[in-house]
Amino acid sequence: MADLAKNEPAAEATPNVSDVDVVADPTKDEAIAAITAPVERGEPILQVRNLVKHFPLTQGILFKKQIGAVKAVDGISFDLYQGETLGIVGESGCGKSTVAKLLMTLETATSGEVFYKGTDITKLSGRALKAVRRNIQMVFQDPYTSLNPRMTVGDIIGEPFEIHPEVAPKGDRRRRVQELLDVVGLNPEYINRYPHQFSGGQRQRIGIARGLALNPEIIVCDEPVSALDVSVQAQVVNLMEKLQDEFNLSYLFIAHDLSIVRHISDRVGVMYLGKMAEIGSDEQIYDHPTHPYTQALLSAVPVPDPASREGRERIILTGDVPSPANPPSGCRFRTRCWKAEERCATEEPLLAVPQRFTGKDTPAAHESACHFAEEKDVVHAA
Amino acid sequence: MTTTAKTATVPGPRAAADYDGHLLEVRDLHVEFHTRDGVAKAVNGVNYTVDAGETLAVLGESGSGKSVTAQAIMGILDMPPGRIPQGEVLFRGQDMLTMGKEERRKIRGQKIAMIFQDALSSLNPVLSVGYQLGEMFRVHQGLSKKEAKAKAIELMERVKIPAAKERVNDYPHQFSGGMRMGLILITHDLGVVADVADKIAVMYAGRIVETAPVHELYARPAHPYTRGLLDSIPRLDQKGQELYAIKGLPPNLTRIPSGCAFNPRCPMAQDICRTEVPTLAPVTEQDGTDLPGRGSACHFWKETIHG
Repeated sequence: MADLAKNEPAAEATPNVSDVDVVADPTKDEAIAAITAPVERGEPILQVRNLVKHFPLTQGILFKKQIGAVKAVDGISFDLYQGETLGIVGESGCGKSTVAKLLMTLETATSGEVFYKGTDITKLSGRALKAVRRNIQMVFQDPYTSLNPRMTVGDIIGEPFEIHPEVAPKGDRRRRVQELLDVVGLNPEYINRYPHQFSGGQRQRIGIARGLALNPEIIVCDEPVSALDVSVQAQVVNLMEKLQDEFNLSYLFIAHDLSIVRHISDRVGVMYLGKMAEIGSDEQIYDHPTHPYTQALLSAVPVPDPASREGRERIILTGDVPSPANPPSGCRFRTRCWKAEERCATEEPLLAVPQRFTGKDTPAAHESACHFAEEKDVVHAA
Repeated sequence: MTTTAKTATVPGPRAAADYDGHLLEVRDLHVEFHTRDGVAKAVNGVNYTVDAGETLAVLGESGSGKSVTAQAIMGILDMPPGRIPQGEVLFRGQDMLTMGKEERRKIRGQKIAMIFQDALSSLNPVLSVGYQLGEMFRVHQGLSKKEAKAKAIELMERVKIPAAKERVNDYPHQFSGGMRMGLILITHDLGVVADVADKIAVMYAGRIVETAPVHELYARPAHPYTRGLLDSIPRLDQKGQELYAIKGLPPNLTRIPSGCAFNPRCPMAQDICRTEVPTLAPVTEQDGTDLPGRGSACHFWKETIHG
């Protein structure tokens, strides 16, 4: 079993730092120059490499001692290209929201790198970090709790200008906020209203307007439409797609609704227990999934249309999601996988194009972290 | 998005031998709330029936009146500010709105299970899901803790929660939105409805605008609102173009539009829709053949279902 590992083609392994065009040891000014330089459409704007976030588990009150760690994100790598939408899916607890916080530099990474235009933002501070934060904004899930109820809409959308006054001089802010309201389809005259005077969909538009205020390049969206009614959800998704084209935005779209993710994403990554299980184009992941976890996840999505329901196979997973404080050895999914063999317990599968598909002209030839990767269509009626 | 009234498949102590009508019948139910902005008409003449063992899903967006209807039936409506000016909720022919608290409490939970899906907050975050579901059986059927837990697992399995046995001790936050929805069945997910319900009533602005057996509703909606809702869901099996979105917002319940409440958002609206309230009328095939269980409150249901 062990010597199988030696046969893994190194070139196929997870992208590593060597393929990132790193801005080495930049001075503050060099870093800021790199950060503010434009990126061509289709070029990587964000490159995540071996990113790890462990939350320590401690015991004792006076003399805290670490007794373990919750491995929320445990070595993931992916690229986000300029102008694209990368969807990240997975069950709750898979680490997808922690990834969002790490990219926003709201959490400090335990190890690994996040290259934004070649600069590792996990090592930045001060002026350079501020410049990065301006360019990476976030839209949150719950439009009911993410807006301060005591602030007017104008203050909420204009608040980022307080931190980055260079974007809009004081005298210009009101006009800029009204412009933003118009951009997201709200009446600019609503500028003095309070959040409670708006519906859920309108509040999410306010959240989006605030995210756009600083002309960012990347927007990290954490479940942006899951709290909204179906008809309103469609309006907001359409708005986000329109804004992406208009402002040339790159989205990292985190959600548990696989249908919405398919609709909005160019590429999709599937996370399980702090690891990336599979990543590829929307067609590769939805129509040609090769990882058993992706297949199970997709097969479990209820489909409204009775005609498409007939003949669909449902894969019911057994067992619980293991604790991220004590993940299984080898492949983390093996405890719930119907394909698991001895090898899966001893050898961790790398996220790479499976050997059997390499060099083949098939949609199955995309990165999948499984020793027994195999195509299976679970979405379409048999 | 949905309330599912599941009539008790849990056998009650009294059999239905002496009663052969509907198990649950809601007749012309009205609910209003007094607010600073005036009277909000949350429910405006709702009628439906549920037979033994049947699952009815009530589908509607926020403010459609689905949750208020459910609260009125279960006798958990806050009064005031709520008020029921008109209507009956008959359980085995007995009006639950006029019966005593004790009597109603026995029926509720034991004979009718209501699963609220949007009430993420209706579960206590510090108690396990199994405990909270089991509470229903402990209080109403006097079951032991162990028996109640088994019943809770059964209920979780019935609403298709995978690995119910293992998950019964989990806390609400450990359930994904989708699963939590499955439990307390009011969902944004029309797919879930298709899985568990027998028939659907679609509500809009306090009225039922369409009723149909589950599969027929998805295949051939007979109300423009239902059709709009179905068209606005992205599909898992194909990459769509721009999503269809129903224009505008649901109405303010203190100022419901005249005529059909959906008319300002409806692509098919004509003059008659602004003046005349459409009643829930039976829907038939083009040749007049009866379509059992189907009804639509649209002046143009024929054009909607038959193109």
